[in-house]
Amino acid sequence: MKAKIIITPKKAVLDPQGKTVQVALDHMGYKGVGAVHVGKYMEIELTGGDKEGWRKQIDDACHKILSNPVIEDYKFEIVD
Amino acid sequence: MNFAVLQFPGSNCDQDLVHVMKNVLGHSASLVWHKDNSLAGFDAVLVPGGFSYGDYLRTGAIARFSPIMQAVQQFATNGGPVLGVCNGFQILCEAGLLPGALIRNRSLQFRCENVFLKTATNDSPFTSKIPSDKLMRVPIAHGEGCYFADEPTLEKLKANKQILWQYVTDKGEATEQSNPNGSLLNIAGICNEARNVAGLMPHPERASESVLGCVDGKLVFESLIAWMEGKSVAKAA
Repeated sequence: MKAKIIITPKKAVLDPQGKTVQVALDHMGYKGVGAVHVGKYMEIELTGGDKEGWRKQIDDACHKILSNPVIEDYKFEIVD
Repeated sequence: MNFAVLQFPGSNCDQDLVHVMKNVLGHSASLVWHKDNSLAGFDAVLVPGGFSYGDYLRTGAIARFSPIMQAVQQFATNGGPVLGVCNGFQILCEAGLLPGALIRNRSLQFRCENVFLKTATNDSPFTSKIPSDKLMRVPIAHGEGCYFADEPTLEKLKANKQILWQYVTDKGEATEQSNPNGSLLNIAGICNEARNVAGLMPHPERASESVLGCVDGKLVFESLIAWMEGKSVAKAA
């Protein structure tokens, strides 16, 4: 099993990296490009246990260390 | 007074702090390794700047789970003074000892320069001896120093006078131009509600000797020492 986690800056948090990428895309001629949000993608390999148990553990880890709830949102899935 | 200076893998301002506390201010200071779990015998804790754990994941995110941080939590709960500088500030925010977070500078640039700081209140162990009209010139060196907190937290910081230092112009005005990293409300440093834990992005330890061109930063440490000495006199009496 594997956890696939996506962490993105909260909407209210200034994302200068996203803004810079957006401007670059625009300069390159990609017209109609809106706001860009640059986040992180993580894959965690999981050994043993069941999906439901891992869902709880990964949620806990996301909240405690993998993301900072003050500035980031996260979502994840557990896949085989 | 006896200062603990924490040392994480990747800390790089730890020796500077020990040097200033010992050789400039004449107090005791020792390095405390991040795997230690006791702060027994120390009067104050200094969390130094640097790049703990390579800034991996987020600045301070991994360091805050080091064994010594449990002891720091307890030390702070008991009212002991804790000061975080730069990466130390980031670690204290990640640890939840201070509200908010420090994110990438708005310019996306690493900023390494002198800034002017206005002390917003003298009501803290870290600012008590800073003259209210004094503008301190202190260096910064960071890529993730943009202070962020949600609106209710900012309101609380203002209401409780928890904002200790703000980036200002040489005239003392908190303008966008004087803000090197995009921090909300030009915040350079804050304290917790109990006022015994504080953090700031600028480096007072790099501006504590005239040979380095400026001694303004020393006022922060002198404030802390005077506050601790006042406390121990009160205790003795």
